[in-house]
Amino acid sequence: MSVRATAATALRVLTQLRRDPRTVVLLLLVPALLVTLLRYVFHGQQETFDHLGGPLIGLFPFITMFLVTSITMLRERTGGTLERLMSMPVGKLDLLAGYGVAFAVVAAAQALITAGVAFLSLDFDVGGSVAAVVALAIGNAVLGMSLGLFISAFASTEFQAVQFLPAFVFPQLLLCGLFVDRAQMAGALEAVSDALPLTYAFDALDRVSTGGDLGGRGWLDVFVIVGVTLLALGLGALTLRRRTA
Amino acid sequence: MADTAHVTVQVQSLQVLRGGRRVLHGLDFSVARGRITGLLGPSGCGKTTLMRAIVGVQIVESGDVRVLGEPAGSAAVRARVGYVMQAPAVYLDLSAHENLRYFTRVLGAPDGRVDEILDTIQLAAHADRPVRNLSGGQRARVSLGTALLGDPDVLVLDEPTVGLDPVLREDPWRSFRALADRGTTLFVSSHVMDEAGRCDDLLLMRDGRLLAGLTPAELRERTGEEDMEQAFLRLIEREEATV
Repeated sequence: MSVRATAATALRVLTQLRRDPRTVVLLLLVPALLVTLLRYVFHGQQETFDHLGGPLIGLFPFITMFLVTSITMLRERTGGTLERLMSMPVGKLDLLAGYGVAFAVVAAAQALITAGVAFLSLDFDVGGSVAAVVALAIGNAVLGMSLGLFISAFASTEFQAVQFLPAFVFPQLLLCGLFVDRAQMAGALEAVSDALPLTYAFDALDRVSTGGDLGGRGWLDVFVIVGVTLLALGLGALTLRRRTA
Repeated sequence: MADTAHVTVQVQSLQVLRGGRRVLHGLDFSVARGRITGLLGPSGCGKTTLMRAIVGVQIVESGDVRVLGEPAGSAAVRARVGYVMQAPAVYLDLSAHENLRYFTRVLGAPDGRVDEILDTIQLAAHADRPVRNLSGGQRARVSLGTALLGDPDVLVLDEPTVGLDPVLREDPWRSFRALADRGTTLFVSSHVMDEAGRCDDLLLMRDGRLLAGLTPAELRERTGEEDMEQAFLRLIEREEATV
């Protein structure tokens, strides 16, 4: 691992993002707008909003980072720059770590803005600590990023990469327990949801939002989030081939 | 072409399959140090595949490719080889300066290299414009500059002058000559036979096979043609007559 190459890559990815101000605005503000929307959808049902708000603040970064990363990486693969980098003395993990750092920074900004709007102007209230919700949001963003990096290897066009969102992320959202308690699903689905990373991301957020404490199961959630992130980064590194056909 | 002490690239029995089709049929040749070797042949004859094999980014079926005595693409060699792909592989949303700075840091070269290279590729005046807003020739120069950052011993250039009119082609060829004079080995592909005359050595390729490895003077002599295009065609005719 080279700190220099990692830092250079993170800086380069952030500079590229800065060149696209519309994307930056969308990334930073859309989640806050959606949380605001949700607040008035649940007009007069502050309790329901409090219950859903925490998980949503934590899950938005997962979704956006998954999408943004898979497309950015796909561009790198199809634009020839990845081939150039692979012909240079650059470590694959340096590249991936650079991406990770850059998008974690964006995710942190996104989560802070969303949480700021929710807590300060929407009277949003969680049982646990605000910092824990934001920290989980950033962790989920990095999880979404690493899955996006990995999944981008299976897309050869941007159309395909965009379709991975409904194909890969929506089922996880449906099964994670956000909409329906997992215990009430068909038995097979509950078992499937046990194998999906978003289930654990949601569970941790739900615990912090309602009970206020992670507890033993909550720490298992965090362990799974970190583990799957590292696993996806490792698999992502395997898909970065020095030699291609 | 050259004795082994001066060989920079050594290719033996190289075979490559792409999409189930054999595109390189057992190539053997060497490239001499400090010279410009031109790889010429019609589009689709396997030039890019061969260059990718030399850079070490191509999966090869069999055979041996050595660069500076090491297996192509090994970590030791990657730092000493510059590769310029046919399409400028640079970040279009970044400026020339930002592109060069990124690759400088990735390579671990000193930051001062950026301004040096901007001068070399004559883009200092446009260094801060996004590459997307530069002309095709300027983009190609940014791509070339990226490959020059690490001061490579070997430069592999895939069709560097494609799309440039004959007047504009003068400039890159002058830079290539200057690099070769400083001891850099250049391996340059082209499908424009006019450019053959600017090389020191020629590898003529057709349908994944090498027709000949010779100097431009030898090619003229062997075929009795002054015009490179005609000489190449004459060579193909003879080849077909012997089959």
